[in-house]
Amino acid sequence: MDWNTEAPVRLLQYWTRLRGYIGCRPFWLIFSLPILIFLLPHSIHATETFLEPLGPVAHEQKTHFFWATALTMVAILPVFALVPVILIKYRRKKGKGIYAPKWESYGPLELIMWGVPFLVIFVLSFMLWRATSMLDPYKEIEGVVPPIQVQVVGLDWKWLFIYPELEIATVGELVVPVHTPVSMILTSDTVMQSFWIAALAGQIYVMPGMTTKLNFIATKHGKTQGENTQYTGKGFTEQKFDVLIKSEEDFQAWVAQVRANGIVLNPQTYKRLAMRSTRKEMQKQLATPQMPSNALYFTLSDPQLFQSIVMRYHSGKPLSMEEQPGTVKFGQGEEKTEGAQP
Amino acid sequence: MDGNSSALNKGLGESPGAIHKDPDVVIFGFWVFMMSDLIFFGVVFAIYITMIGATAGGPGPRELFDFGSLFAQTMFLLTSSLTVGIATITMKHQRSQGSFLFWVVVTLLFGLGFLTLELLDFSDMAAKGGTPQRSGYLSGFFGLVPLHGLHVSFGCLWMLVMIAQVLAVGMTDLVKLRFLRLALFWHFLDLIWIGIFSVVYFGGWVYG
Amino acid sequence: MNITDYGWLGKLSWDSIVFSDLISNFSVSAAVGSTAGAIVIFATVATLALLTWFKVWGTLWSEWLTSTDHKRIGIMYIVFALVMMTRGLLEGMVMRAQQAAAPDGFLYADHFAQLFSTHGTIMIFFVAVPFVVGLVNLVMPLQIGARDVAFPVLNQISLAVTVAAGMLLMVSLVVGEFSTGGWSAYPPYTGGDFNPGVGPDYWVWAIVFSGAGTTLTGINFTVTILKCRAVGMNFFRMPMFCWTVLCSSILMIFAMPPLSVAALMLGFDRYLDFHFFTNDLGGNMMNYANLFWLFGHPEVYLLVLPAYGVFSEVFSTYSAKRLYGYKSLVFATMSIAVLSFTVWLHHFFTMGQSPTINIVFGIATMLIAVPTGVKVYDWMATMYRGRIRFTTPMIYSIGFLILFVIGGLSGVILANPTVDFQVHNTLFLVAHFHNVLIPGVLFGMLAGYNYWFPKAFGFRLDERLGKWSAYLWIIGFMLTFFPLYGAGLLGMPRRSFSYMDLAFKPYMVVAFIGAMVVLCALISLVLQLLVSLRDRKKNRVPVGDPWDGRSLEWSIPAPAPSYNFAELPRVTDRDEFTEAKEQGRAYQPPKIYRDIEIPKNNPLGFLLCVLSGILMFALVWYMWWLALLSALAIIIVVIASTFRWDSEQIIPASQVQQDTERWLALVNNTEPVGRDLENTPQNNGYAKLEH
Repeated sequence: MDWNTEAPVRLLQYWTRLRGYIGCRPFWLIFSLPILIFLLPHSIHATETFLEPLGPVAHEQKTHFFWATALTMVAILPVFALVPVILIKYRRKKGKGIYAPKWESYGPLELIMWGVPFLVIFVLSFMLWRATSMLDPYKEIEGVVPPIQVQVVGLDWKWLFIYPELEIATVGELVVPVHTPVSMILTSDTVMQSFWIAALAGQIYVMPGMTTKLNFIATKHGKTQGENTQYTGKGFTEQKFDVLIKSEEDFQAWVAQVRANGIVLNPQTYKRLAMRSTRKEMQKQLATPQMPSNALYFTLSDPQLFQSIVMRYHSGKPLSMEEQPGTVKFGQGEEKTEGAQP
Repeated sequence: MDGNSSALNKGLGESPGAIHKDPDVVIFGFWVFMMSDLIFFGVVFAIYITMIGATAGGPGPRELFDFGSLFAQTMFLLTSSLTVGIATITMKHQRSQGSFLFWVVVTLLFGLGFLTLELLDFSDMAAKGGTPQRSGYLSGFFGLVPLHGLHVSFGCLWMLVMIAQVLAVGMTDLVKLRFLRLALFWHFLDLIWIGIFSVVYFGGWVYG
Repeated sequence: MNITDYGWLGKLSWDSIVFSDLISNFSVSAAVGSTAGAIVIFATVATLALLTWFKVWGTLWSEWLTSTDHKRIGIMYIVFALVMMTRGLLEGMVMRAQQAAAPDGFLYADHFAQLFSTHGTIMIFFVAVPFVVGLVNLVMPLQIGARDVAFPVLNQISLAVTVAAGMLLMVSLVVGEFSTGGWSAYPPYTGGDFNPGVGPDYWVWAIVFSGAGTTLTGINFTVTILKCRAVGMNFFRMPMFCWTVLCSSILMIFAMPPLSVAALMLGFDRYLDFHFFTNDLGGNMMNYANLFWLFGHPEVYLLVLPAYGVFSEVFSTYSAKRLYGYKSLVFATMSIAVLSFTVWLHHFFTMGQSPTINIVFGIATMLIAVPTGVKVYDWMATMYRGRIRFTTPMIYSIGFLILFVIGGLSGVILANPTVDFQVHNTLFLVAHFHNVLIPGVLFGMLAGYNYWFPKAFGFRLDERLGKWSAYLWIIGFMLTFFPLYGAGLLGMPRRSFSYMDLAFKPYMVVAFIGAMVVLCALISLVLQLLVSLRDRKKNRVPVGDPWDGRSLEWSIPAPAPSYNFAELPRVTDRDEFTEAKEQGRAYQPPKIYRDIEIPKNNPLGFLLCVLSGILMFALVWYMWWLALLSALAIIIVVIASTFRWDSEQIIPASQVQQDTERWLALVNNTEPVGRDLENTPQNNGYAKLEH
């Protein structure tokens, strides 16, 4: 995140370079612009991206991204190279090329025109097949240790992480041990959202009354962020959480800390959590001084909480706005003193 | 389609009048419209099919459908297709305006009869708790079946207008051409009804 | 609240007017919204005042609003598209400014969300579609040698409902608020529980009505091309543009119904408490995603195919050469049209379906790159061994060629489900679809606008400002959207009104500068039109062939007479007019002059525009009595119009003869000009043969 020192300098360099072109014909300026702009990404360092992977899934995705780009270039580079040549050689004024106004078809050329893109796509399709089967988000990752289970609930505008085996839950912070497969099952208790930890795995939608799955493994220690990418209203851009990848010992210490400091996630607490509010706003309401400033810790009172959230949409009874988290009326008329206020 | 396809490849000759009065073009255009309408119906059918299981504890096909009334509705509609066909033949053989109008009125009555039975069916369903607000399944049902009913009502209105036009100006070419399209539309609605009967009612009964 | 509980004014109250916010609770966001509302009101009043001042109401009514002439309807479509484009672009600027200013932006989240929702809805349904439909209306009947489209009054109705829906969007700037659910309006977010306001209702009705207009247009164009071609014009003698229009029209017929169904079902959920897409009682939001994209993907090809047609005409004309690989291009066009229905699922690879399904749809998506690639190569081969003139349409086309393959590249990347998992819903995706829609559709339409303008109005557009505009569009596009690729790869979600990660900031600043360049492009486009209007006498091309054109539309005067052709042409070649010029068959009088029958003016379209506008507004605001009244009025007006028995007028043979002979005399008195002088006042539209 050192843009404010490095980027302006780079921009200035580009600008001087650009000025060199401005004297030229607009034609060349246009050809040089895309190259200049594509140079931008390399000047800036960001961590919440699959280009800086912390695990094999994102790493494979990055590799696949570069391969797909490179292979497609086989069909595209001729366009970049030949269009200027054709334009110069066959320009009306002073062009040196022959003029053949009736020339409209040539067998071998047609074969190349259809053949080259087809071959490229054939190879790409094969790669696509391989990569998509391999990186199926539903497929559990085989590791030396059994996977850790995490249940994820999308709320407006925060993510609730339930560790059913450990009987703890968090908001605003997802902690996973390194080299341990993570097996997630996800749902939403509001509108549809899209769950994403770019440095570890791709996105998956979460939908109320339905569950989706996501599997990944972290192979590097470190910290990154996860988020929701589907617009859901005014708190949307704040629906982020820290992802901490810790060693097994540190992870156990963290679990103990959550157990010790967490408040009980009973139906009343959940109801308050599910109100339309950002994590920050909830922090003010629910946090105890022992919790970190950017996360909420809970202990589970009901190990079936996740299932009951999913099944609520299958009760066969209509959910009024007062009973539907994410609406403006949710929880209205309830007294607000419940829950664990310090 | 309708025997015009041979003309498609050649390009058509210079027509004396405005092109949009050419019966060939007008009828073909109506076929294309029905194709688009068919896709509209097809999409709604698809939604209904995906919703068959989604009764959410509410009443399903077995509780709601009255096959006696459905049989009557089907007969009404099929017979009306026959009578509209007779009307077309009367028109083609230039029989009296009176006999033509007679068959149109008969068709109209069958159409209205169908609509009455269908509405009675809906109110029966509502009495058993089968309203579209009850479940996804019933939303799918009430998205599709009344859509056909709306088309039938539109056809009935069209028939009224045709009767008025025949009475106003007699059987001119323009009126005939309009009636030909109405007849096509009416047969098309029959076809949709067969789809509704087999997919919505019968299919719903079997898989619901 | 029950839907029957509303009074005469429905949900409408003083608080619904945009300015009330400004008075009660001042903020920059409210000020921006009020300014927009004020602009709409001011522009409306100013237009009405000017029309009255210049006393042109009569002309407007008899020549335009009631006209059934395809050329005039086409022009009205294009004017409508340009007006809406101005709004859409300004919204884009405001969004770029907000993101460049983030994290300290000046807009509320909801305001920003309305901006991206209207921007998307407008640009697709009220800019791209009407621009394409307008250009097709203007050109296609001339190219196939027809007097009009198959159903002229239907054409008027299509325009009427499209414009009414567009006006509804304009009204939403002043009264109430628009949807915040994006142009795709995914439920349940846009459902009644989560968005009880009028916003999504505005969206629903705008989509339903404009969708109906587009469906009818598709029917009209399909029948026109299949049934109304000139004698001798078999399928493989049709200009490439007509082929693309045929495929695009068929897409309209097949692709619009799913959208109408999706929007109507969302409306039923919202108004009548149905459960198509709700969370509870068995609703299924995944059905909506499927329906929407079952429309949405063919939609982009529906838009881009006619643009491909324009590029084909432009490359061929300005290279003075036959189109290379005609049959390849036809086959490629048809393949794209068919394949476009097999790929919709790639819009939600991330919904959790099995990898097999993703693989099938991913590969199908990639396959579209093959015919598209062939097209690009064919256009290059068209220029190869030609004599290329760097005119305004050609600059757009070359810009398209280079930029579109970059869009194609990002498209192929996105087609990989594994990569899509990482760039879905990010600015990478936003960059991708702007990369195909701006160089693809918009450049195509602007190239066509410059290319066919003389045919519509009888004078050329200013070439110097045209070039400026084209270069500014190209540069502005690149500056605005290439940074978005970068920000997307770094993980910036789309539709973010703010962000904390300052790594995105430089990209957003560059994109904002780009947006300003695009604004300059828009200004130069307006200037071009004004300057050209001023110089219209100097730049007249009355003979009708300013660019040494190759197809039939150039064989008649400019502007074209209302009946198009004095005698319907007989076609013997694909480049019919070029062949005719070379064989000396051009500019010949007809053997005999005949009376020509064309439809009379018809007020039906205008009435339906007003009534459907009122109907939509009444539905949005729950004014049931007004909705019922306007619906009834629509039915009555339509029925009444079927009782108009003399809907045709005859243009007597003598009139046709007089027009034609005057034109032919002009041809004989005009000096043909060579291509070097085509952008000078010497160009009277009579092209010199040169080899």
